[in-house]
Order: sequence, then structure tokens, then C-alpha cells
Amino acid sequence: MNNFTKGFIKENPVLVLLLGMCPSLATTTSVINAVGMGLSATAVLICSNAVISMLRKLIPQKVRIASYIAIIAAFVTIVEMLLKAYLPELSEALGVFIPLIVVNCIILARAEAFASKNEVLASIVDGASMGLGFTFALIIIATVREILGAGTWCGLSVFTSGYQPATMFILPAGGFLTLGIILGVINLIKEGKKNA
Amino acid sequence: MLENILRIAISAILINNFVLSRFMGICPFLGVSKKTSTAAGMGMAVTFVMTMAGTITWLINKYILVAFNMQYMKTIVFIFVIAALVQFVEMALQKYSPSLYSALGIYLPLITTNCAVLGAVLLAIDTYNYGLVETIVFNFCAAIGFTLAIILLSGVRERLETAKIPKFMQGFPIVLVSAALISIAFLGFAGM
Repeated sequence: MNNFTKGFIKENPVLVLLLGMCPSLATTTSVINAVGMGLSATAVLICSNAVISMLRKLIPQKVRIASYIAIIAAFVTIVEMLLKAYLPELSEALGVFIPLIVVNCIILARAEAFASKNEVLASIVDGASMGLGFTFALIIIATVREILGAGTWCGLSVFTSGYQPATMFILPAGGFLTLGIILGVINLIKEGKKNA
Repeated sequence: MLENILRIAISAILINNFVLSRFMGICPFLGVSKKTSTAAGMGMAVTFVMTMAGTITWLINKYILVAFNMQYMKTIVFIFVIAALVQFVEMALQKYSPSLYSALGIYLPLITTNCAVLGAVLLAIDTYNYGLVETIVFNFCAAIGFTLAIILLSGVRERLETAKIPKFMQGFPIVLVSAALISIAFLGFAGM
């Protein structure tokens, strides 16, 4: 259980470990895109963790990174095809960032740090934990950006009609700004805990 | 033709800057931008890899993948081409410029997982359907855009070293906010 919850707060891949920055800035212009991206990455992460853990005794040490990338790329291709077939709108919105899951550092980092050393079941739990933690972080960033930048949440309008959305927040600059401030707030909370 | 190439170049460097408006290559952008000299070295290594990767993957895509109708293999094939190139750059740097090699450290093999490299390749081949010359120009200019952004940020970060920053904003938070300000400046090119 501890293995499962660590991905959310204590070892959150985006907010604490600072991995997978590119998709967490690029796909968080709306909450729906963020959820789509997060769950696609989670699916790849669980599958790749499982397979890498199964093969961990067979893969030679020297070519392990190349082997991991091949396994990850295979699952990304599967996810890409499934999304194109069943969720064409989401696939269109996320665009090139779906194939780019291959180079998401979270997935390679978990393969190297966890799946290559642990049992299959534990690796699957770890994949689910990190993947959902990633999704959770994306949702937080996307919530701030969508509410401030478009005045909506998941497409539903939150303010009365008089609200002027600050478009800056769904532009690229807003992504950097939002993440910077969120990390600052997290530091502030951590410090407060230490002093208390 | 020339006009078209110029447009691709300016768009890739300034208007749709890979780091600041497409969000690709953020990890090295934040990781290796502490000092201007390392940032410039990283930029050059990425430029070489991206230009070569663009050329090679375009040829592979046209003459192998499309010819045998296996485009679904593109993600896997492209990432291997990039990984091989990075390995080559790593060996070359280790031999000819050991100081830069040790300064780049872990970020050198990580060029493989720099999404700007794979992203540029996929955008050129998949999204824009560029020809060979256009692909090369696009990849080269995308890399120049990356280098420009990382050098700009490293300049800001060198100044930040001596600045007084509230404790909770030190480190990554203030760097991200600086990146946001640079990105706002680049928004000015959007109307071009």
C-alpha cells in the first residue's frame, strides 16, 4: 500500500522529482487533455514496467537502456494506434505528444530505478502509482491554467459571464509561470511543516 | 523555394521556438542552463544530433518505411537512430573535448530522451510532410532555437545567483518564472 501511495505526494514524479516536464507543460491547457495525457502515460508505464520486470534477468546489463526504450516504444505505438482508432479527438488535441511518451523521462526512470530490480507485481503497483501521481500533477496544473486562462473547468464555465479570462495562462508562458508558482507554494508548505 | 525555407527557419527559431512555445526539451533547458558555457556546449551537441537525425530519419522514412508500408514502426525506428547518433556524439566528445564531456555529465546521454529531437523529426515527417531540404532546415533551425533559448536562460540564471530571492522560490521555482518571462518576450514574435 505504501508502495502505491508514494507516487501521489511524497515522490510525485512531476512536483517533487521534476521528471516529465515537457508533457506536463504542453498538455495542461485544459483538464481533459491533461487527463488523457496522464492516463495514456500511465497505461504505457504499467505495461512497460511489467514487461521489463519479467525480462529483468534476461536483458544483458550493457544494452539495458536500448532494450527498455524498445519495449517502451512498442507500448507507445500500441497506445497511439488505439487512441487514433477510438478517441480521434483526443489524439488530435495531444498530437505529437503521444509518440513523445517514448522519451518521457518518468517511464525510463522507473524502468531503471524500480522495474529492473523488483518483482512483477511490485513493478506494476509502482507503475500505477507513478502514473497516477503524474496524472494527478497534470490535473492540478491544468486546473489552475484552465480556470484562469479560459474561465472553464473540464469545459464547464465556472465564472459568471462578466469574467475576462487571462489568456496568458493557456499560452506557453502561463505554463512556466503556473508550474513555477506551484513549486514555490509546495516549498512554502514544506517549510511550514518543518517549523511547526 | 527560398522564401519557403526562410519562413520555416524564422518560424522554427523565433515564432514557434521549440522550448518556449512548443515545450520540447524542457529537461535539458532547466538542467544544463546553470552556466552559459555548458549551455552553449549542450546547444551545439543538440544541434548536431538534431540535424543529423532529421536527415537520416527522413531518408529511412521515405525509402524503407513508406516503401514497405511500415509507417507504424516509425516511433521505434526513429528513437533508435537518435540513440545511435547520441552514442556517436558521446564518443567523439569524450575523445576531443573531455572538459565539455564532463561538464555535460548525465545530460549528454539524455539527449536521446530530449523530446525536442524526436519531436522535430516527427513534426517534420508526420505533421508537415516536409521534403528533404525543408526537413534539414527545420531540424537545424529548431535546434538553433533551442540553443538560443538555453543560452538566454543561462544568462538570466547567472545573474540570479547573486540576487536576493525569497527562500521558497529558490531553485526551480524562480527558474521557471524566469523562463515564463522569456517566453512572454518571445510572444512578441507571434504576430510576424
